[in-house]
Amino acid sequence: MTAAAPAAKSNVNILGLTKADYKAAPSTLCAGCGHNSIADKVIDATFELGLKQHEVIKLSGIGCSSKSPAYFLGRSHGINTLHGRMPSVATGALMANHQLYGVGVSGDGDTGSIGFGQFKHMVRRNVRMVYIVENNGVYGLTKGQFSATADVGQELKHAGRNELPPLDLCLEAIIADCGFVARSFAGDPKHVTALIKAAFNFPGTAVLDIISPCVTFNDKDDSTKSYAWGKSHDERVNDFTFVMQQDEITVEYEEGETKAVELHDGSQIMLRKLDGKHDPTNRAAAITLLDEAREKQQFITGLIYLNPARASLATAANLIDSPLAWLPESRTRPSRESLDKIVASLK
Amino acid sequence: MALSEVAGSQQTERDPVVNNFSIMVATKNGSGSQTANTALLRALFKMGIPVTGKNLFPSNIQGLPTWYTIRLSADGFAARRPRSEIVIAMNPATAIEDYAGVEPGGAFLYADDIKMPMDRTDIAHYAIPAKAISIKHEKDPKLRGYVANMVYVGALAHLLGLQLEELESALMYHFKGKRKPVDLNMAVIRASAEHAAANYKKHDPFTVERMNKTDGMLMIDGNTAAALGAIYGGFTFCAWYPITPATSMPEALISFSPGLRTEADGKRTYAIVQAEDELAALGMVIGAGWAGARSVTSTSGPGISLMAEFAGYGYFAEIPAVIWDVQRMGPSTGLPTRVSQGDVLKTYFLGHGDSRHICLIPCDPYECFEFGWKSFDVAERFQTPVFVLSDLDIGMNQWMSKPFDYPDLPQDRGKVLGAEALDRLGGFARYKDVDGDGIPYRTLPGTPHPLAAYFTRGTGHTEKATLSERPADWTGNLDRIRAKFETARAELPQPIVSLADGAEVGLIAYGSAHPAIEEALSRLEQTGLKASYLRVRALPLAESIKDFVAAHKRVYVVEMNDDAQMLQLLRLHLSGVEGDKLRAANLCDGLPLTARWITETILSKEASQ
Repeated sequence: MTAAAPAAKSNVNILGLTKADYKAAPSTLCAGCGHNSIADKVIDATFELGLKQHEVIKLSGIGCSSKSPAYFLGRSHGINTLHGRMPSVATGALMANHQLYGVGVSGDGDTGSIGFGQFKHMVRRNVRMVYIVENNGVYGLTKGQFSATADVGQELKHAGRNELPPLDLCLEAIIADCGFVARSFAGDPKHVTALIKAAFNFPGTAVLDIISPCVTFNDKDDSTKSYAWGKSHDERVNDFTFVMQQDEITVEYEEGETKAVELHDGSQIMLRKLDGKHDPTNRAAAITLLDEAREKQQFITGLIYLNPARASLATAANLIDSPLAWLPESRTRPSRESLDKIVASLK
Repeated sequence: MALSEVAGSQQTERDPVVNNFSIMVATKNGSGSQTANTALLRALFKMGIPVTGKNLFPSNIQGLPTWYTIRLSADGFAARRPRSEIVIAMNPATAIEDYAGVEPGGAFLYADDIKMPMDRTDIAHYAIPAKAISIKHEKDPKLRGYVANMVYVGALAHLLGLQLEELESALMYHFKGKRKPVDLNMAVIRASAEHAAANYKKHDPFTVERMNKTDGMLMIDGNTAAALGAIYGGFTFCAWYPITPATSMPEALISFSPGLRTEADGKRTYAIVQAEDELAALGMVIGAGWAGARSVTSTSGPGISLMAEFAGYGYFAEIPAVIWDVQRMGPSTGLPTRVSQGDVLKTYFLGHGDSRHICLIPCDPYECFEFGWKSFDVAERFQTPVFVLSDLDIGMNQWMSKPFDYPDLPQDRGKVLGAEALDRLGGFARYKDVDGDGIPYRTLPGTPHPLAAYFTRGTGHTEKATLSERPADWTGNLDRIRAKFETARAELPQPIVSLADGAEVGLIAYGSAHPAIEEALSRLEQTGLKASYLRVRALPLAESIKDFVAAHKRVYVVEMNDDAQMLQLLRLHLSGVEGDKLRAANLCDGLPLTARWITETILSKEASQ
């Protein structure tokens, strides 16, 4: 389904590195946790893209999901921040050095509850980063409480039955003017990898809401966040191919089905409709699609909304090309004469 | 037209009081009196008379009472005075109270539509035809209220002998050379001064004369000075959330930075982000500091509370950040526009676990500028959040200041390893004490070296920044942070001490208490009480404070909070015997301290020794 960079087919990528070079510490999460699969896909995607690890920062909040960054990209700087506060730390870090790629991993509790405000404001600011929500509808690290994405009627051992409607994080992202909104399933590694690759090249915040089953607390077959549900209910709305700037476009789709969206760096995302209806460049259509799916408890996946038009925060701030963090004193301390002038004006 | 002479006319002739009195203007918030008051302040300042301007304002946009006080002091004293000799009443709602508050022997100027009994015989009375003159000069009823303020300026100018040209220059400065508003305002001032000349008989002794005590001085508020300091310190990132009285600091950054920090291609060497709350503001600042930016935020008490979790995180993850706390009275909805030094203990210990933060404590706009740039050096050198404890009085009021000195030290970016150093060293351990000063080495994201990366956590970590829950790893880490803290103690701005020969009494104070202390020392000396003075400029407390306390029998700690917060910290710092010498002299009434209160408090405590 994707046209990966040619180098990915060999054991080394464009930088001459192997996939093992992109690994980090072994996971301490439960065996079978969806999060482990996603961490592996981050490794696959960055390896295939040939990203230089020192140009990537990995960030997270608190929770099972937020442990993930320790399990990929061992040569990237990483920061495990506070519960729900990764968006603000990412905003500062990526303004301090806007040349860096950012990949953040959060969970449904981290993003949908305690960090909901920061999530929405980061999206609104359009900080250029890949923002992955490992969504399992439950708090794992505190041993099984409902999150804000839990299903109505879901039952947990101590918490009882959930009576509240779930938040749809994709819907929330679109409402906050996110230009790259996708949903996927940890049990579909190829799709996850493809989305992560495209997301790394998106010139703003790219939100990936990945349903990632919690094998310990929320993997009952009737849970919409379970492996069984994901496998049997996954309704893909579209398929796509990410074409890097230097690649030749080799995949061909039938006319009328395909739409190419060009990103700022010249790379392209070739979208192919699967359901024959959804146009992911249409914001209103994306909102309607999500809203209807939410009502019918449908599990739709795909690149639901794509619009690279909005300037990133760093672009809007008119920053110099060099990272702010690395500027020498000669460029950050104005002259003695300029201070004399200000002082004179205050006399 | 109301009478220009009422009850006060019986006053006898008195010697003139020149350049030594206070003027208080009582108006309504949002009535535009700020232009009138700052013009008056500037005119006096440019006449060479030492002045300070303090705004006592409500938490309100329009309508509630506000008072502006201008103190003239030929001796250069800058503290607030409890009462003013000249009171200008423009707000009927507070006129009775304002009238009662005039210092005996003073003068009361009032808008002539204020009707109330005025039976004091110890003060002079002057009615100001504010409405009549403003109607005549301003056709637009919406602007009349603003113009009415110039009527009291004209009346006061006549009474004080303040030359109108001085006011015109001040208005030219205020309106940045725009002739039209200057002419409009000057026409009102002239009309009012002419009315005063024709109708007032001067019954008060207050006059102004040119002198030369402000040569070379500038007039500025502390928040603007702090912002300029940050700019000359090479700040590269600021995130903030609006809160009185801290807002004008980032606003000054926003207004000064484009002119000073834009490169030839029109691009900026800094970023300023208005956050969604203070929590996010510090999150951004911590993120930027982690990535290597000189990163700053500005807030007040309630914002500090929201920042607590990030402050603790930054302390243990060892991330540089600068946080200005322009202190105000707590709690959140209490007295947000009144001053306090109430955040000392909270800020020092802010976080969870055992955190004690470096705090810098400026006493005036000059030090706001100095600490504005120095705070980045301290934060990057010690890799930790640094708090700068200013307050509303310093931050928002107009102070005379000696000119700011250009930073005399190059930027200290701290112990940062680049790719070459990593090649040479063959790697590094993020939290290892290599140099014996407790300060570890760090690398910045983006460093092109395979050994540069490390993983940052607030929780347990080894020297190599790997996750660890082993007790020995954590206690080792705490010991090193303690050592770093002790290194900082010796390197931070040291106290300023003035020893009085043979004095038994010492005063310890900090921040905006300084001008009132200086004046109180002079008053105490006149009563025969010689006292030494130590001004604390940083936390952790300097070792030399122990010597100061040891050299005196009784030491009064003067501060503006109810818990005697600095005194508590001093007790922790001193031995029991020395700590017993400390006496609290604290007041928490929302107003800047006065020399009178300090003098009386210390004299009465001394008398009961």
